[in-house]
Amino acid sequence: MYAYDELDRTLINERVEEFRDQVKRRLSGELTEDEFKMLRLQNGVYLQLHAYMFRVAIPYGTLSSKQLRRLAHVARRYDRGYGHFTTRQNIQFNWIKLAELPDALADLAEVGIHAMQTSGNNTRNVTSDQWAGVAPGEIEDPRIWSELLRQYTTLHPEFSFLPRKFKFAITASAHDRAAIKVHDIGLRLHKNAQGETGFEVLVGGGLGRTPFIGKTIKPFVPGRDLLSYVEAILRVYNQYGRRDNIYKARIKILVHELGIEKFAAEVEDEWLAMRDSALTLDDAVVEEIRSRFSYPAYQKLPHMPEELKQAAHDPLFERWRKNSVFTHKVQGYAIVTLSLKPVGGPPGDATAEQMDAVADLADKYSFGEIRVGHEQNLALPHVAKRDLPALWKALDKVGLATPNVNLVSDIIACPGLDYCSLANARSIPIAQELTRRFANHDTADLIGRLHINISGCINACGHHHVGHIGILGVEKNGEEFYQITIGGRADENAELGVLIGPAVPYGEVADVVEDIVEAYLALRARPDELFVDTVKRLGVEPFRERVYATR
Amino acid sequence: MPLVKNGKIATDGFAHVPDGAELPGDGAILVTAARFLEDPEALLRRAGKLGVIWPNNRDVDDLVPWLGRLSVVALVFPTFRDGRAYSQARLLRERYGYDGELRAAGQVLRDQFVFMLRAGFDAFEVRKESDAEAFADTAKRYSVFYQPTGDGRVTALHRRMQQRHSESAGQ
Repeated sequence: MYAYDELDRTLINERVEEFRDQVKRRLSGELTEDEFKMLRLQNGVYLQLHAYMFRVAIPYGTLSSKQLRRLAHVARRYDRGYGHFTTRQNIQFNWIKLAELPDALADLAEVGIHAMQTSGNNTRNVTSDQWAGVAPGEIEDPRIWSELLRQYTTLHPEFSFLPRKFKFAITASAHDRAAIKVHDIGLRLHKNAQGETGFEVLVGGGLGRTPFIGKTIKPFVPGRDLLSYVEAILRVYNQYGRRDNIYKARIKILVHELGIEKFAAEVEDEWLAMRDSALTLDDAVVEEIRSRFSYPAYQKLPHMPEELKQAAHDPLFERWRKNSVFTHKVQGYAIVTLSLKPVGGPPGDATAEQMDAVADLADKYSFGEIRVGHEQNLALPHVAKRDLPALWKALDKVGLATPNVNLVSDIIACPGLDYCSLANARSIPIAQELTRRFANHDTADLIGRLHINISGCINACGHHHVGHIGILGVEKNGEEFYQITIGGRADENAELGVLIGPAVPYGEVADVVEDIVEAYLALRARPDELFVDTVKRLGVEPFRERVYATR
Repeated sequence: MPLVKNGKIATDGFAHVPDGAELPGDGAILVTAARFLEDPEALLRRAGKLGVIWPNNRDVDDLVPWLGRLSVVALVFPTFRDGRAYSQARLLRERYGYDGELRAAGQVLRDQFVFMLRAGFDAFEVRKESDAEAFADTAKRYSVFYQPTGDGRVTALHRRMQQRHSESAGQ
């Protein structure tokens, strides 16, 4: 965990006071809605279909139990008793009142949580691997650099009015859990031939109306130069990114129009003019940030404790363990994913009671720490293996032990037309129906790893392009239709899915997905050939035939 | 439209001369970049101070040869959502060493003051009277800054290092 110091606390309190003043000026009419809109967006406040929506940052997906309890408090006190975890390590509250927002922010600031730049045309919440610091084989903890970037991007005086939003993601593992290739800037920590640690920098990835996989702009930037290199990219983008058309304003379009070589040359020129500046991070500065991250005092524990051997006789426990428990870098410990995808539930939602319960369990079993992943699930990152049976029972009691992590019902979905003013179609009911269709665990287990991602409009908050099966809601003559893509993925081998055919009406989506899954089961070369690998091997044609033969 | 300079509402000593209008014989004037670039030397030879209104879609490189002889550079915010002039301001101050008046023009509202000050602006053509009056209080709103810019404010990282240094020196 990163511990705020007096300076961090002062800054977020100053921000709360500024926002309080802005809300006051809006309510008194001194600010027009047009003026206020940008100011509220810079603080994560959207106007949705029914109410204001409030998006709170969970930088690099790390939360303390105290912070999670405070999020539960906000859900209870200012909202309707629940929150929605998003695909970018944020939490959203859907029913907040404008006049109460400053108080909610002040309550959050007390525990070091803010909502700065969770929307608007600025640098958004810096996201990272939810297993950062505990994943085996990691280069180093990417959260140190994530925090340096969080501070660097917060209230940046030059880059708070960019052409469009701008998102960073960082990973330090060979297996990318942070989807860095679909971010405006993706950073991969690695070591060069000399053994120095630095970053492969990718630029211009993104989803939305015009999806692109990010391209490598520089294979190695030493850690000391990270901020100056990022500043060079942002400066080129701020000056030359398009501002005439909101749909062409993201950096991916600039990179695409210039070509990566020309864009890289522009950035290089800018960087060479400023690389030796106050932005250089010498070792002492990095150490200073590193020193404010605390790590658990792990015990020396056996790989296979007695408690685990005994519990292995319970098939229900074993089913959950095999699905939700992952290898930790320290022997005797495990990373546990908590599914927020119950059968029939909206993906990513948690009630205030569940949040409080997870906070208590984190205190008891995970050194008070919780993680949030872009798949809209939670994780407890430091669970002693001997505690797994007790933890499982406790999670099951609060509905957080659904053993479907990475399976077909572990669906990513945006809020869609149930909440969002941008949406063309509903997402949540599609997800709910699919979880019912695939509620049988043995079937889901037989299908294996399969990610379904659903977006209710082309803005792609549900990351449909990179779902193994992607579902995109569109509107045709006032009716909800859905385009289906297959073969997408968001990991280190990121690819965009391919459309299988004409859009299908709302009522047929679940049938089509069942057809696709049945086709896969018939077509796969071996039981362990994943859906996405079968699509890669065979292309979309056999799936298209199956789906449209009878439609 | 009130002008804020040195933290206070001030009288604007510069006359905005529209393109095509006749130049006054003397006195301080502000002209557009287009007019200036037609014949910079002639304008600079004229008696009276000269300022240029520079658009946000033209590289400031084109202005650099004359920077030392200009009294004002005014950078433009066509709307407050368009942040290109922040980059121009930092380049003029930090890369090209411009030390004359750097003025923010266009849609300048209270909520941009801190960003503008940090980017190097020191004069502000403010849209609303109430915002101009609130300048001094608004400018003091923040006491912690995460990014180094040319304005000399000490960053949080730097303050932490100083603190560490003094703690270890005291042991």
